[in-house]
Amino acid sequence: MEKFVRLSAKACPLPLPNLNTDQILPACYLKWPRSKGLGSVLFQDLRFDGDGNVKDFPLNQPIWKDAKILLTGRNFGGGSSREAAVYALYDHGFRCVVAPSFGDIFAQNAVKNGLLTAIVSDVDITDMAAAISANPERPVVVDLDSKTIACGNRIYEFEIDPVSHNQLLNGWDDVDLTGSYRDRIAKFSTEHRALRPWVVPARE
Amino acid sequence: MSEPLTLIDKSWFAHEIVRRDDGASLLWVDRHYVHEGSFHAFSQMKESGRGVAEPGLTFGVADHYVPTHGRDQVIANPEIAAMVRNLEANTAESRITLFSLRDPRQGIVHVVGPEQGLTLPGLLIVCGDSHTSTHGAFGAYAFGIGASEVAHVLMTQTLWQRKPKRMRITVDGAATIGVGAKDIALAIIAHVGADGAQGHAIEFGGSTIRALSMEGRMTLCNLSIEAGGRCGMIAPDTTTFAYLKGRPYVPKGDAFDRAVDDWSALVSDPDANFDREVKLDGNIIAPIVTWGTTPDDALPIDARVPDPAREANPVRAKYLRDALDYMAIAPGRKLTEIPIDRVFIGSCTNSRIEDLRAAAAVLAGRVSKVPGLVSPGSSSVKRQAEGEGLDRIFRDAGLEWAESGCSMCVGINGDIVPPGERCASTTNRNFRGRQGPGARTHLMSPAMVAAAAVSGHLADVRPLLAGRKL
Ligand code: SF4
Repeated sequence: MEKFVRLSAKACPLPLPNLNTDQILPACYLKWPRSKGLGSVLFQDLRFDGDGNVKDFPLNQPIWKDAKILLTGRNFGGGSSREAAVYALYDHGFRCVVAPSFGDIFAQNAVKNGLLTAIVSDVDITDMAAAISANPERPVVVDLDSKTIACGNRIYEFEIDPVSHNQLLNGWDDVDLTGSYRDRIAKFSTEHRALRPWVVPARE
Repeated sequence: MSEPLTLIDKSWFAHEIVRRDDGASLLWVDRHYVHEGSFHAFSQMKESGRGVAEPGLTFGVADHYVPTHGRDQVIANPEIAAMVRNLEANTAESRITLFSLRDPRQGIVHVVGPEQGLTLPGLLIVCGDSHTSTHGAFGAYAFGIGASEVAHVLMTQTLWQRKPKRMRITVDGAATIGVGAKDIALAIIAHVGADGAQGHAIEFGGSTIRALSMEGRMTLCNLSIEAGGRCGMIAPDTTTFAYLKGRPYVPKGDAFDRAVDDWSALVSDPDANFDREVKLDGNIIAPIVTWGTTPDDALPIDARVPDPAREANPVRAKYLRDALDYMAIAPGRKLTEIPIDRVFIGSCTNSRIEDLRAAAAVLAGRVSKVPGLVSPGSSSVKRQAEGEGLDRIFRDAGLEWAESGCSMCVGINGDIVPPGERCASTTNRNFRGRQGPGARTHLMSPAMVAAAAVSGHLADVRPLLAGRKL
């Protein structure tokens, strides 16, 4: 996994609450293999109407085409566990989503793919969005180690759980890491089955 | 004396292999369910050159993409056919048991696991699907995960997680006639909010919950995720053990008795601490429907939808306007005046035998004013319902009786609500476009969907139950 250290990029404000994973990536694209790239259908139904016409939506504006930071509302990524919602954001170019809260499964999926989910207050989101509207070209700087976002003339602190913080900073691969515990896993599994024989599926 | 523990703590510690300094725990996974959507995970596993660590603990079900019509024919849509074939190939290669399209045990993963006795109290269960919380109804610690985590479980039978906070939701009092688990769940979601339980594992308790059947408990735990909860669980009791006894994968004879002894200890200690407590009065819960685009937009059927003009908070007012606009409902309109275009009875939330009986009790001898689809939660529920003559009631009412699958809950098998149409649905998500692009969804119980069907608009089921045998 790619490490996340520091990011300096344009931030696109999308101040809507409850953008669940069905909105981020509608279910009809879940069949697509990752190799196809899911960036083109990110927020598909919010960006286009049923006939494919462009709607008034921030990501449709040329200025935000190369934004790498998304600034959004409360409860982002709730709902379905589809990791492809993270793939769509990532494939579109996003590396960080800033919001007051995230769906739990989405946040876990994000970190596994090197996408930072930074938690800031509602007030700070509004504040940052105003600063960005005043000067959209000015880059926003996210620093993971110090957990800060420099936006406009201010520095904002963000929250992220310590496990995700560690994983993103180090670019750890979970499976490799788990491999280093192989003996403890084997011992646990033997003891677990002896202690609770019913955990093993009975034969039909 | 050791510190009193909650059911959540006990379940967690029984599966914790190691805990790192940063708070991440490596957990052992007892059961892993996969479905067509798990293909990303199988690809990740193959790319890394590894195999499945414990194929005997993983079970596959074809549900998300399966057709609900013409099961004996080849699947017409090549992309959908490929999704099912892919699951068959991936599970066969890894020696994972699969309940595929034509298996008599096929159905929606969260209906099939419990039905086959694969879901048991005290197990840690994961699946690449957010409604895995359903299995918590048995006192299992069960939660949804994404593709990378599914791949990790396939390769190691373990998972890295951070221990969530603990929340207890207590509902006391006798639920009134016409009020079921779905109404209780929607009342809870409306109370705590669609993200109110984020970061928390939930334990449900209280007399209203205890009185629920296993089907009802599954509906409730299923909807934990719609309050944002990581998982929802109910301590196992005699209702749980009676449901499990004799099911195919449940221990038999002495082994069952021994298991029941162990399972009976799966309760929160009397003085155990929760990070958050929520209490609701079960007596006053009325039949509930959703009016908007998140599950917490839920109100008792005799209410009116909100009026944004009366909302002081401008952010909330904008949300209300957008939601009403999408739903094409005038501000302040009475819920019972909202006409519907079709109904759907199905999904992992409400498609079990008890749900079908509840809908049939309302529909018997009546005719639906709108078209609709009934998709039983599993092929076995379908056979049981047909044995009880429920299929005839649905058909006579003018509804379609179909095969089992996720169907119109998510629409990816082709069963969609056409753009702009309004559907009274027993499903779990009223998100924009969830049942198809431009579809408008009202969530409610199976009995309330039946009431809407025979009325042609959202309606209170209670008067329709007068004089009926339930
Ligand atoms: S029925 Fe709906 S919510 Fe349940 S598993 Fe299938 S798609 Fe998901």
